[in-house]
Amino acid sequence: MTTDAPSRTGLSPASEAELGELIAERHATRQPLRITGGGTRVETGALSGDTLSTAAISGVVTYEPGEMTLIARAGTPLDEIQAMLAAEGQSLAFEPADMRGVLGGNGTSTIGGVVAANASGPRRMLVGACRDHLLGLRFVDGRGRVLKNGGRVMKNVTGLDLGKLLCGAHGTLGVLTEVALKTLPILPDRCTLGFHGVTVDEAAQIFARALATPYEVSGAAFRDGTAWLRVEGLGPQMGYRRDRLLALLQLREAEVLDAEVTLSLWRGLRDLDHFAGTATPLWRVLVKPSLAPSTVRALQALGGAVSVDWGGGLIWYCGPGPAQEVRQIARHATLVRRGGLAGPAFAPEAPAVTRLSLGLRRVFDPAGILNPGLMDQ
Amino acid sequence: MPQPDAGIIERAPQIVAALREVLPDDAVIWDPEETRAYECDALTAYRCPPLAVVLPRTTAEVAAAMRVCHRLRVPVVPRGAGTSLAGGALPTADCVIIATLRLRDVLEIDTENRFIRVQTGVTNLSVSGELEPHGFFYAPDPSSQLACTIAGNIAMNSGGAHCLKYGVTTNNLMGATVVLTDGEVVGLGGPEMGPMGLDMMGLLCGSEGQLGIVTEATLRILPRPEGARPVLIGFDGAEVAGECVARIIRSGVLPVAIEYMDDVCLRAVEAFARAGYPDCAAVLIVEVEGSVPEIEDQIARIREIASALNPVEFRESRNADEAMAIWKGRKSAFGAMGRLGDYICLDGTVPVSKLPYALKMIGELSRRHGLEVANVFHAGDGNMHPLILFNANKPGDLARAEAFGADILRLCVDVGGCLTGEHGVGVEKRDLMGKQYDPADLDIQMAVKDVFDPCWLLNPAKVFPLDASQPWREEAARR
Repeated sequence: MTTDAPSRTGLSPASEAELGELIAERHATRQPLRITGGGTRVETGALSGDTLSTAAISGVVTYEPGEMTLIARAGTPLDEIQAMLAAEGQSLAFEPADMRGVLGGNGTSTIGGVVAANASGPRRMLVGACRDHLLGLRFVDGRGRVLKNGGRVMKNVTGLDLGKLLCGAHGTLGVLTEVALKTLPILPDRCTLGFHGVTVDEAAQIFARALATPYEVSGAAFRDGTAWLRVEGLGPQMGYRRDRLLALLQLREAEVLDAEVTLSLWRGLRDLDHFAGTATPLWRVLVKPSLAPSTVRALQALGGAVSVDWGGGLIWYCGPGPAQEVRQIARHATLVRRGGLAGPAFAPEAPAVTRLSLGLRRVFDPAGILNPGLMDQ
Repeated sequence: MPQPDAGIIERAPQIVAALREVLPDDAVIWDPEETRAYECDALTAYRCPPLAVVLPRTTAEVAAAMRVCHRLRVPVVPRGAGTSLAGGALPTADCVIIATLRLRDVLEIDTENRFIRVQTGVTNLSVSGELEPHGFFYAPDPSSQLACTIAGNIAMNSGGAHCLKYGVTTNNLMGATVVLTDGEVVGLGGPEMGPMGLDMMGLLCGSEGQLGIVTEATLRILPRPEGARPVLIGFDGAEVAGECVARIIRSGVLPVAIEYMDDVCLRAVEAFARAGYPDCAAVLIVEVEGSVPEIEDQIARIREIASALNPVEFRESRNADEAMAIWKGRKSAFGAMGRLGDYICLDGTVPVSKLPYALKMIGELSRRHGLEVANVFHAGDGNMHPLILFNANKPGDLARAEAFGADILRLCVDVGGCLTGEHGVGVEKRDLMGKQYDPADLDIQMAVKDVFDPCWLLNPAKVFPLDASQPWREEAARR
């Protein structure tokens, strides 16, 4: 795979029906499409085919704060949605990152892109990923059929949960046109405890202790010798939780950051500001949290820099090293920023899982026209 | 249910012999006296003894049984504890039941990485029991939790009273060992916070035994809260109670549970359990969690919201006994209703803002069908549980109750909700699926099943309307 962008046409259908017709046509002629929302989350530059953007299928359909439900068309800008929820004291609790700094793009992130990428930030370890907040969706499959699954209510077990499949499939199973998401109240008070001058092993111990408490720590990240814990709450909750955590971890001296600094610190950690502005390969590595220290050391030995999120469950590795060696250290590694590295971005699956994946892809996209090669090289 | 395959029933001795060849003797039952125990689940109106029952102890034994059934093209009905209210484990006369009851081992408790790995025949309650000494718990808590198994919870994506805050099974399932229809064993997910590729575990959860049998599960565990306390709020109207629910949610307080009981239910509960509930149109039980000061702060906020709506009563619990008294009536609601007669329990969900309207319409439908209905449900997420009372000994009464139920479920879909919030489709709601989904929506779901179960042997005649699935089943029969 090369990083030279092939020449292509840009398509931006204005409605779901128009999108359906367009894909039906491409299905018939077996012409691939490179699908994007705002093009801010995944490197698709090397994919073949014309670019299909959902940006014009935009607008909030319903927002009911009293039932914590948002329905929006796929192309609705994420910023717009976040501002609307914030005005009601709510948010998308899974905290999707802004990846433009890391991927060097200047597009507008869309809600459809967030769902297609299952984009989930630091709070994922407490409240779950985007897929856990997805209530339902509408999409166009690879034959151009307009389909729906799930709904708008929080409890729904009616039929197979295809939303889980589509969320994180990066458009390879269908092009999203509308998503229903659960929103949650923003806890108004917050602070951060910073433990400076710690090793990754010490950070892992801090995380394990803090996350075994009922204080609902909503961020646990490590970078440059500091372990950070984010504490949030309503009313007296935050102060109580902060004091209990400080007492529990009193063997170490902690810096307490106020609400405002907390916001910007976690925004930076979420968006990986520390790995932005370079072209070095960037890997997203999922591990069992207790394996974080050994994995971090092994990755560092390849010569790059590392940061840790999700209490040890997520490691970002920014640095050199052949893909094969990174994957030898950590089986579940995804190449987020290629930086010239060739080969598949996603980790290989077990043979039986691959067989099922291929079967599912044939069902949703029989002609193989939706972002071909993005997930299944 | 479709006509059972006489050819398969004729071959019963050979099928049982083939199963016995690969399984321990006591793991295969086909004596009609014994298989009768498996003739139904908690939807007792429908019964049919299976051809045979297999009770494996290991994943390998489940796989061996699946291989035999696949080779001989015998339908398989997976079964946990048989507590499904939707007929999810209803057998057919030509099927082999593969039950997970003997898969009872707790394999790993890892508090550092916050998960437990179990064989899926363990009961829901025993998982939290195992975790108690460690200070952790498993969040999904269906009301059948004493009996129901993790296998059944995964198959039906079970919820419970506390899922407003903690989510349902799919939000708490990290990994699964799955036996596919041809006996192949696949591992999905694990202790990592995935998914990696396509979220097949998310697809599997709630698939009602259509895709495979889960034999081992890695479950997310949570530290136990310091304390929990319910309050009881009585209102003189359904509408105002519904409004209170919406205002609590809007306020930023996120209770772990908001339960709703209407007057019919309240009277039944009072006669049965003497819980001391107020005599009014609607009662909410709202539970909050945390330390004492946190709980008091949250209850003060809820009191302020409720007071503005002129409640008939606002009752706080000051100690464990009073908390138990508040929950006592709600927990005995289904038993209390049982004393009034036979009932069917539905579980359609509606958007929270549509609760008052839905309750009003259910009242009207009740008058039209001439059958009484009681409402007791999880209000925070709009998951209703109308209990339709009828007399099973009265000819035609069950059919009337079912027709009433179908009307309620159509209402749920019409106001933007769904047919089932946590019980599943099973056979009960199978033929209503066309109300919620268009043919193409159902078609792609069946195409997905076809990938996992190309011979359509798993949990036959459930979930998908029979007329819609017929072409798929006919094609499968040729494979």
